[in-house]
Amino acid sequence: MSDLPADLDKSHWRPSADLAVIRLRADLLSRTRQFFFERQVMEVETPILSHAGNPDIYIESFRSEYEGPGGHQGLYLQTSPEFAMKRLLAAGSGPVFQICKAFRNEELGRIHNPEFTMLEWYRPGFDHHQLMAELQELIIHLGVLEQGQTIQKLSYQQLFQTYAGLDPHKVGGEACLACIREHDIQLNDVKSYANPENLGYNEKLGYNRDALLAVILTHVIEPELAKRGFVFVYDYPQSQASLARIRSGETPVAERFELYGNGLELANGFNELTDKTEQLERFCQDQALRQSDNKQEVDIDQLLIEALDHGLPDCAGVAVGFDRLLMLAAGKNTLDEVLAFPFGKA
Amino acid sequence: MASYSTNEFRGGLKIMLDSDPYIIVENDIVKPGKGQAFNRVKVRNLKTGRVIDRTFKSGESVEAADVMDTSMQYLYNDGEFWHFMDPDSFEQIAASEAAVGDAAKWLKEQDTCEVTLWNGVPLTVSPPNFVELAVTETDPGLKGDTSGGGGKPATLETGAVVRVPLFIQIGEVLKVDTRTAEYVSRVKDA
Repeated sequence: MSDLPADLDKSHWRPSADLAVIRLRADLLSRTRQFFFERQVMEVETPILSHAGNPDIYIESFRSEYEGPGGHQGLYLQTSPEFAMKRLLAAGSGPVFQICKAFRNEELGRIHNPEFTMLEWYRPGFDHHQLMAELQELIIHLGVLEQGQTIQKLSYQQLFQTYAGLDPHKVGGEACLACIREHDIQLNDVKSYANPENLGYNEKLGYNRDALLAVILTHVIEPELAKRGFVFVYDYPQSQASLARIRSGETPVAERFELYGNGLELANGFNELTDKTEQLERFCQDQALRQSDNKQEVDIDQLLIEALDHGLPDCAGVAVGFDRLLMLAAGKNTLDEVLAFPFGKA
Repeated sequence: MASYSTNEFRGGLKIMLDSDPYIIVENDIVKPGKGQAFNRVKVRNLKTGRVIDRTFKSGESVEAADVMDTSMQYLYNDGEFWHFMDPDSFEQIAASEAAVGDAAKWLKEQDTCEVTLWNGVPLTVSPPNFVELAVTETDPGLKGDTSGGGGKPATLETGAVVRVPLFIQIGEVLKVDTRTAEYVSRVKDA
């Protein structure tokens, strides 16, 4: 495509990614399958369409309708294959991986496409540190990191202490605001919480502690990480656990980790929550927050709950944004440049 | 009052912030994989022209600014206000010196200008890109010299001063680019 004269190249029907990147994607997909084959992690396929959705308050699902035998049904497009893959694990599948499309509504930008490729895998018997080690091996196997190199690891606490000078587990709303002001960040219409214990997200009450930490993370810390290649961040605040298990202690933390590459979020992983009661509670909390924020409610995955009831083996799992990994491998700055047909051309 | 959600943000959108009308210049979406999303925007104050950064939580709503651009005909000024008329409705409005600003030195009666109205009150006035104004004052220059060279200053009927070629004389009508304040050409009288 890049050999064509400039005026012909402007046709809207053409791919956005050039041929070299499309070939690189094919190569990385093949190497990824080889990596897992060598480690006896089985490839699986689970549905993109489901009767249940993801109640996470920060994610919006695409919805669809079925008309046919059995009658009308509302469906959701998956935001990740997590729930179905955990059902397989509970059924005794052993370690599994999947490369599939995931869908997130309302997400479009330089590094967001509503439809994107997820690489997700689960390791029974691993904790989140062992899984970070395996993710590092994959990055090396894909040629995006040199053999023998080690990815720097920082706890969420160390990350904030190093780049923002505060302890994220203890800092209050006012101290967060002071840090934000110091870095010349102008927040619109801030009414802060004085009470850091209040974890609920509520538009009327303004920013809670997690939202302020998110401002500091995205506006202050991530630009610093942009200069530091690959970095693992692990042990997140309890309030940001998502589906990770919580390690109790003086300061309970969520056994969750993320991989950053040049300041770009590449992967999110957990030492998975296996307790059915706690999982259901978290789903219900999310649902309540959706309601109070006037967001559309989502049908909770009862089949996942039943699988947890049967028993999910202790395991760690990780979801990798494959397109973003490809961005790093190809040296590109926008998602459009690694997608054959981004949203605007689909 | 109409409002916009951050989902609707885009360059060119006019919003109210801190009681002033602003226009969005740049809109960046910051969306972590699991967590609160933000819009980081660059906005320009339509009163002062100053550009600032502002971060919004995704889902926040802002008041829409009742700002619109409209073509109006310049009528006259009474020393305090500059008066304009909408050529379709014949409605007249008065713009303050602050709103007219730099445009004052280019305005000739009957000229069509772009007037930015905020809540119906003139905020800024943009003169036409090109105006035709007569020279009221200038040095004679060298007779017969058509080389142009460095040129000489000339005062126009509105008070504006531009650099013109040496052959330009008092009384001649010139075409001037108001964006660059440069002489373009002479205008032959009809």
